[in-house]
Amino acid sequence: MSLVARHLEEQGIPTVIIGSARDIVEECGVPRHLFVDFPLGNPCGKPGEPEMQRSIVELAVRMLDTAIAPRTTVQAPFEWGSDDWRDNYMRVDDSNRAELARLGDERRAKQTAARSQT
Amino acid sequence: MSKRISHRRYLSYIDKSRVYYAAHGYDRPYMWARFDEVPFASLDKPLHEAKVAIVTTSFLPGTSPAHKPVYAHSTLDAPESMYTDDLSWDKDATHTDDLGTFLPLGHLQALADAGVIGSVAPRFFGVPTQYSQRRTTIDSEQIATWCVEDEVDAVLLIPL
Repeated sequence: MSLVARHLEEQGIPTVIIGSARDIVEECGVPRHLFVDFPLGNPCGKPGEPEMQRSIVELAVRMLDTAIAPRTTVQAPFEWGSDDWRDNYMRVDDSNRAELARLGDERRAKQTAARSQT
Repeated sequence: MSKRISHRRYLSYIDKSRVYYAAHGYDRPYMWARFDEVPFASLDKPLHEAKVAIVTTSFLPGTSPAHKPVYAHSTLDAPESMYTDDLSWDKDATHTDDLGTFLPLGHLQALADAGVIGSVAPRFFGVPTQYSQRRTTIDSEQIATWCVEDEVDAVLLIPL
């Protein structure tokens, strides 16, 4: 999505990315980025909280007026509540290492089989 | 209120995904895009006159994960739910049943009604992820063409 933002800006159309993967967006480099420190999936606010959602969208559109230089990141002033998701997402530890290796082998075998059929 | 911390708070998804896929036996990590130069376009009219469009990574209901072309869809005819199953959002921590959390067309319309922006663009746009950067460039050109057709002044890009 950062590449889409960059292309639109090059065509003269200003953009704001609302996202929750700060490093991916900032490493790519975009003009305006509203960072929402939530689990991936709800960058515009928590489910069932329309006032928060609207505040986040308003913060984003106002960046069109307030950002004066590229690589402007603003962090939305909201917290998810629990922090468990930070460790749980894409977790790799001794409890699941063997299972992840098995899933990888299984997927590669399927891909090899699919290729041999074409 | 101040707090004391020993670790950076926000996650690095570049680091997390590299470790995660290495654990699956993939030797070569995904190579993310990184640029030294960043383009910057300014809004050429007051915000309260601007027509704003949304670009999402979600797709219309019934989409096949094997066929996900870039698309444009009427804002007035937006579905009540979107297809997100094949995207890498956090399926343990949350859900995508509330469109306001990732495709906030209703909230954008409320901002137009309140006079914060001028209007919502007649179409919203969807772009697939997990593509090559070359493919994304082609999709970006299509979205730019649609934005010009709809006389869009600014775009919110909202990846899940």
